Amino acid sequence: MTETATLTGPTGPRPKKALSPRNIMLYGTLIVVSLYYLLPLYVMIVTSLKGMPEIRLGNIFSPPVEITFQPWVKAWAEACTGINCDGLSRGFWNSVRILIPSVIVSVSIASVTGYVLSMWRFKGSEIFFAILLLGAFIPYQVLLYPVVIVLRELGLYGSLTGLVVVHTIFGMPINVLLFRNYFVTLPDELFKAARVDGAGFWRIFVFIILPMSLPIFVVSMIIQVTGIWNDFLFGVVYTRPENYPMTVQLNNIVNSVQGVQEYNVNMAATLLTGLVPLTVYFFSGKLFVRGIAAGAVKG
Amino acid sequence: MSSAEHAPAGPGKRPIRLFRNLWSKIAAIPMILVSVGIFVGGTIWTIVYSFTDSGLLPRLNWVGLEQYERLWSTRRWLVSIENLAVFGIASLILTFALGFLLAALLDRKIRFEDTFRTILLYPFALSFIVTGLVWQWILNPEFGVQSIVRGLGFESFTFDPLYDSSKVMIGLLIAGLWQGTGLIMVILLAGLRGIDEDIWKASRVDGIPAWKTYIVIIIPMLKPVFITALVLVTSGIVKLYDLVVAMTSGGPGISSEVPAKFVYDTLFTRQNLGQGFAASTMMLVTVAIILIPWALLQFRGKKND
Repeated sequence: MTETATLTGPTGPRPKKALSPRNIMLYGTLIVVSLYYLLPLYVMIVTSLKGMPEIRLGNIFSPPVEITFQPWVKAWAEACTGINCDGLSRGFWNSVRILIPSVIVSVSIASVTGYVLSMWRFKGSEIFFAILLLGAFIPYQVLLYPVVIVLRELGLYGSLTGLVVVHTIFGMPINVLLFRNYFVTLPDELFKAARVDGAGFWRIFVFIILPMSLPIFVVSMIIQVTGIWNDFLFGVVYTRPENYPMTVQLNNIVNSVQGVQEYNVNMAATLLTGLVPLTVYFFSGKLFVRGIAAGAVKG
Repeated sequence: MSSAEHAPAGPGKRPIRLFRNLWSKIAAIPMILVSVGIFVGGTIWTIVYSFTDSGLLPRLNWVGLEQYERLWSTRRWLVSIENLAVFGIASLILTFALGFLLAALLDRKIRFEDTFRTILLYPFALSFIVTGLVWQWILNPEFGVQSIVRGLGFESFTFDPLYDSSKVMIGLLIAGLWQGTGLIMVILLAGLRGIDEDIWKASRVDGIPAWKTYIVIIIPMLKPVFITALVLVTSGIVKLYDLVVAMTSGGPGISSEVPAKFVYDTLFTRQNLGQGFAASTMMLVTVAIILIPWALLQFRGKKND
């Protein structure tokens, strides 16, 4: 690495030599690792576009000789779980119906809580916050049954509303932390000036804090959308089969013991389920990373 | 409690001020309910009922430590614990080694950093169910890696971890690493970016090779980041559930069972609540053993500042 020392000036431009042994090693490793990481995505796509006879003959890495979209159609509209043969579309719409209210409710509550914890602290608020953060580390298994009881008492056990409550509860620690940490960085003078002018709790939140905090709302929504869409455990525990989210239905389709395995349909179904978080991921870019960093480095 | 509180700013206690601050307390109700009612209340509830003989329904009939004694003489539980330990230690070592290596490579002022990072992190956006199902397919002995290597002429090549009870955890590990390494990479990369450029300059001036700088200077400096990531990953590993359900359903036999799955099955399919509560309490104890030293460390660190 001594050559780097002579090439990099104090202002630090990139080393110029493109094909130095260092660069070959560096990029070579990264490219090989990247290919390995992309492989499963490639296998999913390729398999989902082949017919079953071709899958039986060929290997899973070879590109399809004859492209067919039949597996996708079947996965979406015809694949069976139990007695229902209307495909993954059922799970998809269930997940959408779970996702939208869950994201709205959990982000709203978390943001207001973060606002209280950063600007309207009261005696004891920090203690509740500490408990909330510790709660993030409690294995869900410990709380599964107590939450069942709470939902049953509220008459929400098995319903979509119940699942919205569950996602709000378990999304709280990370999202409250996210909002609180962002709000404390906002200039204090703004808040004080607004109070002097007579603005109250909600007015300050809606007219001053909200417009300044759109990026952090997006980050929180990204965390919640991917987290809720990918959830499996809460879907299994807290909903009835007709309300099962997409992940649960996907698992039931692929891991069902009855019938002949149609691997192309399975892979199409798997891709379909992964499509929502992947879309969010590829479009959100740096904000997704920021969500992770917020949970990790400051946690 | 709300009537006795003060506003943080200003000493005034006129009714109007009290009324205004009332909103902040009303807005804090969800947090109070969740933290005290669910997190503390639920945990205590589970621990209390783990000392009862609850079966189909919870009931307060004390049996002391009987549930724990039975739990620790249940073979499936012992297998679960062993699997979790094997998986946990192996995946900790490998995710950190790989994650750090990748973070260090990405930190070398390379081109296309965003592209590489996007590729290495995308599996983390996918659910464990999707991850498990893809790898189940890739590791399928009839069509996947094994059959391809055999097709290349290595007729006796065997790699069917999901169908071999002695190797099944390797299969889970491959999938778990694919999904989780990107996260560690991103966290450590954020840590690396926080390191002062002058340190690199100084080590270059002294002619210390880069790898040595990493080991001797950078890694010790990143200790807090490492510890935080460690706590995050470990508490995630304890929750390992979906991946197992999707990939192996605990099989072959019970060879890939894990504690989280043991708890779910015991509570909801075998309806042996007392056992389930005892098992989940043991999971909590495991997390506490990891968490408490870390929390103390953080606390002491803050005091010293």
